[in-house]
Amino acid sequence: MSTAQIKISGLSKSFDGRDVFADITEAVSQGECLVITGPNGSGKTTLLRIMAGLLRAGEGSVEYFLGNSVIQRQGLRRKLSLVSQDLALYDELTALENLHFLSRIQDCHFSEEELVEKLSKFGLTDRGNDLVGSFSSGMKQRLKYLHALLKEPKFLLLDEPTANLDEEGVRLVDEIIKSQKRDAIVVLATNEGSELNYGEKTLQLGL
Amino acid sequence: MERKPSSLVYKGWCIFSKDLKSELRNRYAINALLMFAVTTLVAVNFAVGQFGLGEKLLAALFWIVVFFSALSGLAQTFIKEEETKTASTLKLVTSPNSIYLGKLTFNIALLLTLEVVIVPLFFLLSNVGGANLLLFFTVLILASLGLAAATTLIAAIVSKAAVKGALFAALSFPILLPLLVTAIRGTELSFRGEVFMSGFSELKILLSYLVVMITVSLMLFDFVWSE
Amino acid sequence: MPNFWKFFLLLLMSAVIIAVWVMEPPQNQLGEVSRLFYFHIPAAWVTVLAYFVAMRQSVLYLRRKELLYDLKASSAAELGTLFCILATITGSIFAKTTWGSFWNWDPRQTSILILLLIYGAYLALRSAVREPERKAALSSVYCIFAFPAAVFLVFATPRVYQSLHPADSIIDASGKIQMPAPILVTFLASLVCFTLIFIWMHRLQIVIGGDMERERKL
Repeated sequence: MSTAQIKISGLSKSFDGRDVFADITEAVSQGECLVITGPNGSGKTTLLRIMAGLLRAGEGSVEYFLGNSVIQRQGLRRKLSLVSQDLALYDELTALENLHFLSRIQDCHFSEEELVEKLSKFGLTDRGNDLVGSFSSGMKQRLKYLHALLKEPKFLLLDEPTANLDEEGVRLVDEIIKSQKRDAIVVLATNEGSELNYGEKTLQLGL
Repeated sequence: MERKPSSLVYKGWCIFSKDLKSELRNRYAINALLMFAVTTLVAVNFAVGQFGLGEKLLAALFWIVVFFSALSGLAQTFIKEEETKTASTLKLVTSPNSIYLGKLTFNIALLLTLEVVIVPLFFLLSNVGGANLLLFFTVLILASLGLAAATTLIAAIVSKAAVKGALFAALSFPILLPLLVTAIRGTELSFRGEVFMSGFSELKILLSYLVVMITVSLMLFDFVWSE
Repeated sequence: MPNFWKFFLLLLMSAVIIAVWVMEPPQNQLGEVSRLFYFHIPAAWVTVLAYFVAMRQSVLYLRRKELLYDLKASSAAELGTLFCILATITGSIFAKTTWGSFWNWDPRQTSILILLLIYGAYLALRSAVREPERKAALSSVYCIFAFPAAVFLVFATPRVYQSLHPADSIIDASGKIQMPAPILVTFLASLVCFTLIFIWMHRLQIVIGGDMERERKL
């Protein structure tokens, strides 16, 4: 199986003429985890959004490789997941409806039983038919992880992975990061001291 | 899990049924749309009720009601995705074209539902006698499809703007003017009870407007959506 | 714009203005007001030209995503609005004296109105978006999207309203140019002047816009 790689080269972004960050260069390979850290407003979320393709870079580029070939934008959609406060699920649909919709549209088809099983693995047993709008923010966060992992991503981007989560949730995320690191690249943006240890590489922003 | 690539149309359908499900639960758009339509229709009829209006004026009134009610609700589907932060989620999972198709289908469904209510009401209130119903409904359906095709892209533009206000109407009007002019003319012919073929050139314009607007929208939608 | 062109424009425009007022009115039965013809048609021409420039620059922006193209597109649209207003006003005055009312939904009046509406909507959209890149992308899309609509309108309206506009004012039904030579020369010179003025103003706007952009960044 070909190995995954992310290359960030000379990346800059500015809003209204003010630089958020400038000239970031970094490369991460499969099996590695990149931790992005820095004070509030240093551009961690912005960097992740650019990496996910939600935001255009000012200058420079982010390229994703599988083996030697660059993954194009359409292909990337199938390989990359982002978990962030800025990405919401549909409040007016139930957890199962959300998962059904989001998986079908990504060409993954799951049976009802598979999804129910996954829900209980993520600590959401018996909540499958409840509206996501009635979930607490921690439960929504768990569901977002579940959604992000549905397509078995090669690139997993996490923005403040343990925000809103209780102890058990933190343990769940820990498990996810550790298992994903084996066959995917995990990039996480965080300020939590304990999470800095995940990274084989660290990118300090806002210096 | 089973991975099988599915067609654009299927994905569009997924988005449509997702939107329909949440619309049925919450009625973000349809209530506003219907209230607006019924209110204007009744108000206009109340104001002019005693005068027998000509077919031309009746046709114009009908389309003004449809146009403004459409504008009160058709942008909702995009604005809601932006406001509830689900737009980015959607952006990461599927192609822009499938989103355009899904939203277009949803807006068409919304518009047709609206018309199911206001067409009978309009005929009831305004005594159009001896209309050519076949011509009327052909014009109505073609024009509604065109209206939805053109406004769906504009709705996407509006949802990305910081100040929404009256922007939707301001942006839509110049684009929809040719459609409205043609639809009013075709409707007038049908109200006069003319034969079907007399409205043939109007139908041709409406059909080509529809095709062109969908094509151009598909070409441009990506640029709006990825903003 | 090189000085030569500015000088040339000064001389030519002066000559046009003098000729317009000194010569016989182009259409005797319409009288003095027909002198507007020398300004009305060139203004309408520049309105359309500006729209095409804006559309071309919009396409370039979407392809290359450089804000310079957006500056070019928006400046062209602003100038287009100005010339569109001029063309609408002169046209209305013309309509008042010849057909008796300022506005009568003549297909050509409608076409100029739709351009005015498109320009207006385009500028309204620009003022409703804050981030420069988003503003550029959205307004470019709108500018391109409005084009087919404008084409449709030109086809759709003549069926509803009969035209009163003199179709034979420049070119008659048989396609021959129907103007005495002095009038034709003055008219063409005026057309050239308006086009040059547009190019000049457009360049000035781009220079000013570029300076403002640099200042903002500093």
